[in-house]
Amino acid sequence: MEAADWFQLVVYVAALAAITKPMGLYLMRVLDANGRTWLDPLLRPLERLTYRFVGVKPDCEQDWKQYTVAMLIFSLVSCLFTYAILRLQHLLPLNPQGFGALSPDLAFNTAVSFTTNTNWQSYSGESTMSYLSQMVALTLHNFTSAATGIALAAALVRGIARHSVKTLGNFWVDLVRVTYYLLLPICLVFAVVLVSQGMIQNFKPYTTAKLVEPMKISVAKVDQDGKPVTDKAGRPVMETHTVTEQTIVQGPMASQVAIKMLGTNGGGYVNANAAHPFENPTPLSNFLQMLSIFAIGSGLTYFLGRMVSNQAHGWSVWAAMMALFLGGVLLCWHSEAAGNPIHQQLGVAAADGNMEGKEVRFGVFNSALFATVTTDASCGAVNAMHDSFTPLGGFVPLFNIQLGEIIVGGVGAGLYGMLVFVILAVFIAGLMVGRTPEYLGKKIQSYEVKMAMLALLVLAVSILGFAAWAVVSSWGLAGLNNGGPHGLSEILYAFSSANGNNGSAFAGLTTNTPWWNTTLGLAMLTGRFLMIVPIMALAGLLARQKVSPPSAGTFPVAGGTFVGLLLGTILLVGALNFLPALTLGPVVEHLLMLHGKLF
Amino acid sequence: MKTLFSELRAAVMVTLVLTVVCCGMYPLVVYGLAQTLFGDRANGSLIVDRAGVVRGSRLIGQGFAASKYFHPRPSAAGNGYDATSSGGSNLGPTSKRLADAVQERVAAYRKENGLKDTDLVPADAVTASGSGLDPHISVRNAGLQAPRVARTRRLSVEKVLALVRQNTEGPDLGFLGEPGVNVLRLNLALDSL
Amino acid sequence: MTAKPPSLLDWHIAAPAVGESFKKLDPRRMFRNPVMFVTLIGAALTTAAAFTAPASRGFVIQLAVWLWFTVLFANFAEAVAEGRGKAQADSLRKARKDTVARRLHDGREEPIPAPELRQGDLVVCEAGDVIPADGEVIEGIASVDEAAITGESAPVIRESGGDRCAVTGGTRVISDRIVIRVTAEKGHGFLDRMIAMVEGARRQKTPNEIALTILLAALTFIFLLVCVTLKPFGIYSATPFPLPVLVALLVCLIPTTIGGLLSAIGISGIDRLIRRNVMATSGRAVEAAGDVDVLLLDKTGTITLGNRMATAFLPAPHVTPERLAAAAQFASLADETPEGRSIVVLAKQQFNLRGREVAEQQAKFVPFTAQTRMSGVDFSGANGHPPCAIRKGAAEAIRVYLDQLGGQFPAAVSQAVDEVARAGGTPLVVVEDRDVLGVVQLKDVVKGGIKERFAQLRAMGIRTVMITGDNPLTAAAIAAEAGVDDFMAQATPEAKLRRIREEQAAGHLVAMTGDGTNDAPALAQADVGVAMNTGTQAAREAGNMVDLDSNPTKLIDIVEIGKQMLITRGALTTFSIANDVAKYFAIVPAMLMATFPVIAPLNVMRLASPESAILSAVIFNALVIIALIPLALRGVAYKPIGALAILQRNLLIYGLGGVVIPFLGIKAIDVLVTALKLV
Repeated sequence: MEAADWFQLVVYVAALAAITKPMGLYLMRVLDANGRTWLDPLLRPLERLTYRFVGVKPDCEQDWKQYTVAMLIFSLVSCLFTYAILRLQHLLPLNPQGFGALSPDLAFNTAVSFTTNTNWQSYSGESTMSYLSQMVALTLHNFTSAATGIALAAALVRGIARHSVKTLGNFWVDLVRVTYYLLLPICLVFAVVLVSQGMIQNFKPYTTAKLVEPMKISVAKVDQDGKPVTDKAGRPVMETHTVTEQTIVQGPMASQVAIKMLGTNGGGYVNANAAHPFENPTPLSNFLQMLSIFAIGSGLTYFLGRMVSNQAHGWSVWAAMMALFLGGVLLCWHSEAAGNPIHQQLGVAAADGNMEGKEVRFGVFNSALFATVTTDASCGAVNAMHDSFTPLGGFVPLFNIQLGEIIVGGVGAGLYGMLVFVILAVFIAGLMVGRTPEYLGKKIQSYEVKMAMLALLVLAVSILGFAAWAVVSSWGLAGLNNGGPHGLSEILYAFSSANGNNGSAFAGLTTNTPWWNTTLGLAMLTGRFLMIVPIMALAGLLARQKVSPPSAGTFPVAGGTFVGLLLGTILLVGALNFLPALTLGPVVEHLLMLHGKLF
Repeated sequence: MKTLFSELRAAVMVTLVLTVVCCGMYPLVVYGLAQTLFGDRANGSLIVDRAGVVRGSRLIGQGFAASKYFHPRPSAAGNGYDATSSGGSNLGPTSKRLADAVQERVAAYRKENGLKDTDLVPADAVTASGSGLDPHISVRNAGLQAPRVARTRRLSVEKVLALVRQNTEGPDLGFLGEPGVNVLRLNLALDSL
Repeated sequence: MTAKPPSLLDWHIAAPAVGESFKKLDPRRMFRNPVMFVTLIGAALTTAAAFTAPASRGFVIQLAVWLWFTVLFANFAEAVAEGRGKAQADSLRKARKDTVARRLHDGREEPIPAPELRQGDLVVCEAGDVIPADGEVIEGIASVDEAAITGESAPVIRESGGDRCAVTGGTRVISDRIVIRVTAEKGHGFLDRMIAMVEGARRQKTPNEIALTILLAALTFIFLLVCVTLKPFGIYSATPFPLPVLVALLVCLIPTTIGGLLSAIGISGIDRLIRRNVMATSGRAVEAAGDVDVLLLDKTGTITLGNRMATAFLPAPHVTPERLAAAAQFASLADETPEGRSIVVLAKQQFNLRGREVAEQQAKFVPFTAQTRMSGVDFSGANGHPPCAIRKGAAEAIRVYLDQLGGQFPAAVSQAVDEVARAGGTPLVVVEDRDVLGVVQLKDVVKGGIKERFAQLRAMGIRTVMITGDNPLTAAAIAAEAGVDDFMAQATPEAKLRRIREEQAAGHLVAMTGDGTNDAPALAQADVGVAMNTGTQAAREAGNMVDLDSNPTKLIDIVEIGKQMLITRGALTTFSIANDVAKYFAIVPAMLMATFPVIAPLNVMRLASPESAILSAVIFNALVIIALIPLALRGVAYKPIGALAILQRNLLIYGLGGVVIPFLGIKAIDVLVTALKLV
C-alpha cells in the first residue's frame, strides 16, 4: 500500500466527484421528455422519427403499472430476439470463424443474462460468438438494459419528487432518450479513446501470427474418438506438441466495450474480459473504464438531489456510497497487497503481493480497485481473476454484490436499490424522532415497508436458496474448480452475481451445463424483475401521496447522522443475512490460509 | 388488451429501431473513426517483420522458453499463451494445485537464473496472469533474468538492461498503473541486435 | 385516575400476569405476532430434540428452557401492560353499576333498568341519582359529581342548552333536577368505550404498528432462510449443525426484543394517556397525535385567561384620570360581566375608589342592549351626586350617541381608541352627558408560561395557529404577545373547517381542541380532535379524544405521548437489530469450532466453550426482554429538542448501545454459566 497507490485512489475519487454534478445536470435534461440538450439539432429529428415509427405518444405518461408492463414486455421481446439470434448464429452472416449455434440452455442463460444487465458469461466470447452475435444480440442489450435501469430509477425518483399524481413518466420515451442522448454520444467518444489506447475495432477475421519462438506444450493424448488416453494407473497420457502460431482475436471490440462499461453491463468481448490486453490495453484505459462504470450511477445521486430539491440529500446518498466503497477498496487492497503467506513460504517475494490472476500493468492496487468498483456497481467486468484473490480480497467483491450492488451500483439499479435501504433506514430510525416515518415528506407506512422488504427478501431468498441447493447437488459440485471453503465461495459468488445482475465470477466454476445455465438464468430473472416490480409499486405509491412540508420535527435525510444511519441500516439489515455463509466461505478460508492449509 | 397489443407492437418496433441505431450505425461510426484515426491500433497493434509476416501483437504476450529470451509469466490461456482462449488459472489461495505449481516454478526460476534458495522470487514470475496473455513482466523480474540472457547471448548485462529499460512501459501519465517490461518487444529487440 | 402509575413490581399486577403469560401461549393468539410465533415453534422443536438428542442432552434441555422463557417473557410484558389497564378498568366498572332509571313516558315517570334505555329516551335525575346513561340535559340545571371518570372531586355544573349540556352515565347528580335525553345505549356509552380502551379488548394495531410488524415479519423470514440454508452449507463444509443450535441462532437473530415488547408499548402508551385524563377512541388517534404539525388553539381559555380585563384608563385632554376612573367605575358597578367587574377592580387598585352600590346613589343602571350597544348609569340628582348620565361603550356606539346629543368626539380620544385597538386591546369610551372623559383599555391577558410552551412546540416542529373571533388587528397583537406562529381572526365555524382542510391539503396533520357544538365539524375534520369533557355531546362524539380535565393545553401532552410511543418502538427496533452483531460473534464461531478450530480468533468475547457461548446468547436474548419491560411501559423520554438532536441521541443510546451492550451482557452470562458449571 504505497504512496503512489494512495495517490491513484485520491485521483480516482476526485475525478468521480468532479463528474457527478455535470452528469447529474445532464441527466436532468435527458430524463425530462422536453429537456433540451446541445445534441438536440442532431438527435431531436431521430428521436421524433423513432416515436412515430414505434407508435408512441411522447407526451402520454404512464402510471406505475403501465410503466412496469411496458418495461416487462420490452424485456421479453428483446430477450427472445437475442435468444433467436444465438440459436441461429450458424445461419446468420458476420461469422468469419464459422461458430455453431448455441445450445438451448446456454442461449437462454446468455439472452437472460444480457437482458437483465447481468452479462454473466457461461461461454468464452472469442471461441463462441460470431461478430453478429457480439454486435447485435449482445450489444443491443448493453444499451437497452442500461437504459431500462436508468429509466426505472428515474421513475422511482419521479415518484418521490412528485406528489398527488399517478404517473411516473413514459417508459418508451425514457428508454429512447437515455439511449440516444446519454449512452450513444458518450460511448462514441469513449470507444474512440479506447481505440487510441490499443483496443481493436475492425471486422477482420482472426489474425494468425508466426510465433517468435515455437512453443512446446504438453497436451493430454486423445484417441481417434477424441477420448483421453490413460495409462495403467488411470492417469492421462501426455504428449508434447509444438505450437508455431498464435491466433489473434479481432472484431468490433471498442464499440462494445464502451457501452459494456458505461452501462455497467460487464460482459466481455473475450473470456478474460478487461484483463485481456486488447480489452484493457493500458493503465489509462483501465482508469477510464473504472470511471465510466461509476459515472452514471454517481450522476444519478445528483439527479436525485435535484429532482427532490434537496441536493444535500443527493450528496448524502453519494457519501454513504463512497464510505462503503472506500471501506471495500481498503480491505481488498490491503489483503491483496499482503499476498498469500503459503506462497511466500515457498519463496515468493511478499512485497509483490498476490499476483495470481493479475496483470503486471495494473498491479495489485488497480486490480483491487477495479474488483471493488465492478462489484459495487453491477458491472461485472474484471481486470483480474477474483477467484484467485486472497480470501478477504475475494470477500470484498462477494460482499459488495450481496449488499445488493447499491454502492453507486448498476446504472439505475444501484440507485433504486439504495433507495430501498434509505426507506428502511428512514422507517426504523424515523420512528425514533417521534413521527410517522417520512421520506422527503412522504409517509412510509405498511405498504411502503412491505414493498421495500419484498425487494430485500428477493435478494436473500434467491442467493441463499439457490446456493444452498447447489452445494448439496451433484450438478452444483461438478462445476467446482477449487475445493474446501473456496469451493463454497465459488458457488455463493455465482448465485450472488447472477441474482445481483453483476456478471463477474469466481470464474473457475464451470457453469456451461444445463443445470447451471438454467438455475443461474432463473436467479438473474428473479434478481432483476422480482426486485423491480415491488420497487415500481413503491414509486407509484409515493407519487400518489400528498407531501407534508418539512419542519423542525421532520426526519433529516441529509448530513452526517443520516449517512451514518444509512450505513448502519445497510450493514445490519442488508449484510448480516449473508454473514454465516460468508463465514463458512472466505472467512474460514482466510484463517485456514494463515495456518497453511491446502485443498 | 388493446393497450397490451400496442405495447407489444411498440416493444418490437423499439427493438428493431435500436438494433439499427445501436448495433448498426454506432459500431460502424466507431469503426470509421477508429480506422481513420488509429488504424494500426484498431487492427490489433500487430508486429509485422520485414518479410511481411505477422509475428504477433505488441499487446499480446507470447510464450518463450529458450535461455536466450526473457521468459514471460506462466500462462493459463489454453495450453499457454493461446490467444483464442484467454483466461486465468482461477485457482484459489488455498489451492494445492496452485501451491504445487508455484513451488515448481520457484525452483525452476531459481535454477535457470542462478539464484540462491533463499532469494525471493518475483511474484509475477511464478503466477499466471488474469488473461494468460499478459505481455509484461515486472522490472525486477526482468532484472533477475537479464544476466542469464546476457550470458547466453554473450552480451554485456548493461546492454541487456538498457534494452529492458527501452521496452519498459508505463506508468501512464507518470502515475497510473505499474511499470512493466514488454517481453515480446524486448525479445524481438534482442533478436534484431 | 390521576394516580401515579403502579410500580412494575406491584404484586397485584405481576401475579396474574404470570398466569396470563402461560395462557397466551395458545398458538392461535401467538400467530398474530410472527416473531414470537417463530420463537414458540423453535422452543417446541428444541424441546422435542431434547428428548431425542443422544448427546449433550443437558445443554439442549437448558436451551429449550430458555427458549420457552423467551416466549413467556414476551407474553409477560404484554400481560403486565394489560394488567395495569385492567386495574383502571375495574375501578371504572364500579361506576357502571346498573341502576334503575326514571324514564319519562307521556309525562309520567316510570322505573326502568338502565341497560334497557334506548337512544332518545328521556330520564329524570334528581339530587343523589346516578345518571343512568350518556345524554344531553334538555331541561334544568344541576351540579354533577364526575369524580368517577375524572377523579376530580369538585362538582361541575350541567345545564340545558349551550355548551355544558353533556352528562356521562355513571356520574352522580348532587343537587337540583334535570331531564336528560339519552344519546348512547348500553355498551356504547362513554364509560364502556373507556373500559374497552383501557383493557385493550378492542385494541387494533395502529398503522405504524402494522408497518413495523411487516418489517419484523420480513426480517424473521430472512433470518429463517439464513438458518435453514446454513444446514446445506454445513453439509458442504462437513460441519453438521444440530437442530437446537440452528434454532438458537435463529431465535437470537430474529428481533425478539421488539417483537416481544411491541404490544406492551402500544398498550402502555394509551395507558399513559388515560393517566393524564385523556380518553382516546383509538390507538390510531394517539399515534396521529405524534405526527401533528399544526395545532389550532382557541384563544380564549387556552392562550389567554378567560376574559378581557381593564388594564388602563386613558383620559381625554383636560380630564383627570381620577374622574375618568370614577365615572367608569360608576358605569360598571351594576355590570356583572367579567369586563365590567375588571373595570371596578382596576379603579379600586389605581385610585383607591371604592365602589358603592348603585342603589345607594339613587341611580338607575342602564344595561347593555343590542340596540344601543352601551351600558351605563343615570343619576337622578338625589344623595349628593349631581344628575348626569354616564355611558360606556364601543367608540362607534358612543359616536352615534354623541351625535344625537350634539356632543363632540375629541380627536385625541379618537387617536387613543385607535392606539388601543392597534395594540390588541378593546377600547371602551366613557362619556358623562356630552363630555367624552376618555378611554378604558380592555385587554386579553396571555397566560403565564404559554410563550415558552409554544417555543417548545416550534422545536418539535409544530406550528400553532390561534383562533379568535377578534378583529385582525387585535388578533395580531395577541398572537405576537403569545408567540403563536399564525392566527385566524374573525373565525367562524365554517372558516375553521376551511382552514383545517387547507392545512391538510398542504400535507399537514392538524390537531384542535373544541367544546361547542359548532366546533363539531372541525373536530371531526381535524386529524386529532380533542373535545373538552365540559363540552357538548356533539363535540365529544366528533372528536377522537376527550380531555376529562377540559384543559385545552393538554393537547401538548397528548402530542408528547404520541411521539413517545413512536420513539419507544423505533428505539427498541433499532436496539433489537443492533443486538445481532454481538450474537453473531457469540454463536457463529461456536458453531464452527469443532470443524474449524482456526475460527478461534473470531470468538472475540473469549467465551468459555461453544455450548456456553450459545447458551449465553440465548439467555441474554431472553433476559433483555425482561430488562426492557420497564422502558416499554414507561416509554423513552421525549424532549422537544428537534428531530436531528433526538435522532442523534437515540441512535447513540439504542443503536450504538445496542451493538455494545450484548457483548458485555453475553460475556457476563458466559462467566456465570461457566462458574455454575451449567454446561
